[in-house]
Parts: sequence; structure tokens; C-alpha cells
Amino acid sequence: MESINPVLLIASVMLSATPLLLAAIGEMVVERAGVLNLGVEGMMITGAVVGFAVAVSTGSAATGFAAAALAAAALSLTFGVLTQIFLSNQVATGLGLTLVGLGLSALIGKPYEGMKSPVLPRLDLGPLSDLPVVGRMLFTHDAVVYLSLLLVAAVWAFLRYTRAGLVLRAVGENHEAAHALGYKVVRIRLLAIFFGGACAGLGGAYLSLVRVPQWTEGMTAGAGWIALAIVVFASWRPWRVLVGAYLFGGVTVLQLNLQAAGAQVPVALLSASPYLVTIAVLVLISARGAHAAPASLGRPFHATQ
Amino acid sequence: MLRRTLLATAALALAAGGALAQDDPVKAGFIYVGPIGDGGWTYEHDQARLALEEHFGDQVETVYQESVPEGADAVRAITQMALSGADIIFTTSFGYMDPTMEVAAKFPDVKFEHATGYKRSDNVGTYSARFYEGRAVQGLIAGRMTETNKVGYIASFPIPEVIRGINSAYIHAKKENPDVEFSVVWAYTWFDPAKEADAARALIENGADVILQHTDSTAPQAAAQEAGNVITFGQASDMAEYAPSPRVSSIIDNWAPYYIDRVQAVIDGTWESDDTWDGIGPGMVGIGEISSAVPEDVKADALALKDSIASGEYHPFTGPLNRQDGSVWLEEGEVADDETLLGMDFYVEGLTGEIPN
Repeated sequence: MESINPVLLIASVMLSATPLLLAAIGEMVVERAGVLNLGVEGMMITGAVVGFAVAVSTGSAATGFAAAALAAAALSLTFGVLTQIFLSNQVATGLGLTLVGLGLSALIGKPYEGMKSPVLPRLDLGPLSDLPVVGRMLFTHDAVVYLSLLLVAAVWAFLRYTRAGLVLRAVGENHEAAHALGYKVVRIRLLAIFFGGACAGLGGAYLSLVRVPQWTEGMTAGAGWIALAIVVFASWRPWRVLVGAYLFGGVTVLQLNLQAAGAQVPVALLSASPYLVTIAVLVLISARGAHAAPASLGRPFHATQ
Repeated sequence: MLRRTLLATAALALAAGGALAQDDPVKAGFIYVGPIGDGGWTYEHDQARLALEEHFGDQVETVYQESVPEGADAVRAITQMALSGADIIFTTSFGYMDPTMEVAAKFPDVKFEHATGYKRSDNVGTYSARFYEGRAVQGLIAGRMTETNKVGYIASFPIPEVIRGINSAYIHAKKENPDVEFSVVWAYTWFDPAKEADAARALIENGADVILQHTDSTAPQAAAQEAGNVITFGQASDMAEYAPSPRVSSIIDNWAPYYIDRVQAVIDGTWESDDTWDGIGPGMVGIGEISSAVPEDVKADALALKDSIASGEYHPFTGPLNRQDGSVWLEEGEVADDETLLGMDFYVEGLTGEIPN
């Protein structure tokens, strides 16, 4: 067995964790506002196909990312309108969103199969990239990797330190009280859903433009569901979402690298380990009696005049 | 027992309802493990389904369901297809074996065809292709073209079909190049482009300059193209969009003649459960064009190997061959029997690592 190059390994982990991180941090904000959107997979794949199509057409990966965010956010608004204004069931509508996204993306993506995407340039961080070891490991990535990390910090600061963040949390914890205080519950939730959709779209585009990079029908292959699991694993906290995404992404890459290097590893067990940890976290949360989930999560809200 | 009879009666009634009208088309159903746009395994099955429609015209109606998970959910999908009046159902992945047997027992009048499995009954037949014949050709090219002497192999699940492919590729790579080493990565999925790309990247980072894949998407091809100086082979489908490099050749599954043959048998009322296992000779396994990235002499040898396998002159598993532990598997000149191949659960001598489980 030969040793694995830890520098390349960390770089690969960041590559594989970024789509999960983007989708999960968006979904976390949605859930903190009290909405359960199970359509992450559908929004991700929409982002993947629209991002790829636009990047190929315009020759710019950055434009692709922007279009992906917009398209997925627009799709998420249909979920928002149905659940928030017409009060449809959130679970059923979310599942419907996933099906719509998968079908729609297959249709849009047909002409783009087998094409090559423009490359997203690595961010030039000047002297930082030239640092030994750390430079190659942490400072040679594309802008979206850093954007995803900044997003976690921004979401954390927003929820913790801003008035708007407090209002969003209030809406998620007790929408009746928030409404009584005069906050626009539906409007705030729609904004959160829009943000969640945009993040999922970015995550999907990262798959089709950077991580794979190509368009293949159904290419998210369950990443959206993993993002949902990460939110639960993180007990709805931003920094723990970061840990969760890197853990889920990291375990996959690590076990593949261990195998490639010829180490004997229990592959099936390692592949399942993030899910086992999620179950353990859930058990731990319930055992402690602390309800980490936003109290109004998934409950419909209707303002009686 | 009573419940089974009831269900069977219900199925019979449905089938009879369909048979009343004289001109009713035969309905052929397909259960797919991935999306039809995967560019590999499922894509080729769907191409064969389209060929079926083309061939029979109005005589045949086809239905399909994509991305059906292997396991319990497959039972639901197959049952639904049987209830909707399908006369013959092709279940196109190894993991549908037990679900197919389970549903088939409840619908004795529906014919089932399970791909790559080994369980049969009165109304369940099996079919597969001798992909290992194509793997031998890939092994030869891999052994001759690798410069790092490291060949990476993205495997899906530790089942006989996949293990046969690894062994066959290794034997023929080793024949050409005694220094060649294989590193096998088990992805535990048939279709997950992101994971397949990650696996390819991990192998390339570990020094592999040839990537063989036994998963269904073109993602490893994209990863190899990005890395540069790495060659790959199209799997299940030609994947010609990555030619001439990284994709230098491919194994192409050609199911259409078989599907047409079996549906014809249903129309004629002559369908019987059987086991079909065809290779390069009858055309079920095709070798995609060997691209210009391969030197002429290597290409000529690869084609000669292909021809000798097609004619039956040469069998890819011909002794002397030892098992991984050094014990004798095949004596000099001895050829592997199908039974051993169908249940193959061991590596040949020289391969490192263990097969999981």
C-alpha cells in the first residue's frame, strides 16, 4: 500500500463537499423559517442542467452559476406559492417539486449530453496559493468553494446578530406569535424559500460544471436527500452544517482514496457511516429532550383576518 | 395459497381482457436501474426497446420505468407493470433477481426476462452477455498502453459479473505487461456520476493512467479528460463523444436482436424460459472502434484477439491460471466452465486486495 497524499485528499474533499454544503445551508435557512421543502433534489438537478446549458451557450461558467441559482429559485417559488398561499401540504408538494425537477431537467438536458463545459477558473489568491502544503490544500480552489464557506459565515451572522435573522427565527419557532407582532410570515417564508432554491441551484451547478464535469440525466443521484439529512445532522445550526457537509463528502472521498491506495477498508460500512451518525445525533437530541427543530417546522400558516 | 390464487386469477382476468381483442398489441415492459439518458447501460437497453418498436410497429407496445431502486421497491414497480397488462417484462439489473422471482410467482401468465441473474422458473428466463470477452480486449490495450504500469478499475458491486470483468482484464493486461498492477475501487453504485468521477480522480491521483469502469455513466470519462494523459474505455455504450481520447475503445451491449427474438416468441406463443449468454461471436457484445490514440500494432493485436474470441478459437479464461491464493484453478490448456464463471467469487493470481464480503 502506498500512502495517500493528504494535500490532494483535502482538496478532493472540498470539491466533493461543496455541492452538499450549498444545498444544505440553503435548506437550513428554509427550515429555520418553519418550512420543510423536500424538493432539494429537484432544485439541485434544475440548477445542474440550467447551469450547464447556460455555461455552454455563453462560454462562461460564472454566468452558468448565476442562471442556475435563478432557475432553481424560480422553481422553488412555485413550491412557495403552493404551500404558503394555497396552503398545500408541504411534504407532498416538496416531493412533487423533486419529480418535476427530475423530469424537467431530463427534457432540457437532452441536447447537452456529451458536451464539455467551460472551465471555472481557480481563484488567484496571490501569495497564499504559493504557501507550502497549505497553499495547495486550501488556496487553489475556484471561487464557488470560498463562496460556500462565506455563505455559512454569513448565514450564521445573519441569524445570530441581525434583527431580520431574529424575525426569521421567530417565524420558524412560532408563526402565530410572529404574526401577532405584525411580521409578514408568508412574505418572510417566501424569501427564505427563494434563498434555499438559489443555494440548491448553485450546488447543482457545481456538480455539473466542476465536480463531474458534464451533464448526465439524473446526475444528482440523491445528493439533495443527503443535504436534507445534513440539516438534521446539524440540528439546524450553520457551523454544524459545514461539519456535516464535509463529513458526508469527506467519508466518500476518503474511502475511495483508501481503496485506490490499496488499503483494506470496510467499504459498505464506511459508505453508510454518515447516515449512522445522523441517526445517532437524532437519538442524542431526543434523549436530551431538547427540541432542536424549529417548533413551527412543516406546519401550515393561515392568517385569519 | 388462497391469496396467491386470487392474485393469479386477477392477473388472468387482466390478461384475458387484453387478449379478447384480436389485434391487441403485445405489451413489453422494461425496468431500468438508471435514467435512459445515462449514456451507458440503461441507455443501451432503451435503444434496444426503441429498436423493438421499430421492428414490430403496431404489433408491439412498450412501457418502461427508469431509476427503479434494486430491492423492495423493485417489487412494487414490477408488480405495477404486470398489473398494467404487460405480456413480457424485462428486468435489466442484477439486483432485480429476487424481486423478479417474487412477482413472477404471482403472475404465472406474464413472461419475465431477468438480465445478468441466475434464478429461473417456468415464466422467468435469464439473459446476459459475455462482457468478459470484451474485457480481455480492453486488458490487452491497457497493458500495452500504460506507462505508469497502474490500471485503475472502478467496480460497482462485488457480484460475479463484475469480478469476471476484473479477472479477464487483468489476465490479458498481465500477459502483455508483467509489471502491470490493478487497483480496484468498489463504488457500491451503478449510477452516481459525482461518485464515479471522485473514484476516477482518486485512482488517477494514485498514479493510474488507464481507467476501466464498470459503472454506468460517462462521468469517469469526463474526469479522465480533465486530468489529461489518461485513457478510458466506453462501458455498455460506445461513449464516442469522448473519443479519440480519453476513450480509446469500448464495450457496446447490443440487446436489440435478443429482445426482438423474445418478443417474437411471445407473439408466436412459443416463449419458454431459458438462459441465454452470448458474447462477441453472436454480436451481443460489440467492441467499439479502437481510436487513433492507440498505436497501430496494439490495435492490430487487439483486433486479432477479438476475432479469435469471436470465432471460438480462444477462451479468455484458458489455463494455466491460479487463484489469488496460489491454488490451481485451471491446468494448462483447460478452459473455464460456465458454472464456475457464473458464480465467480475469487480473484486470479496477481491481483491484490480482497473482494468485499
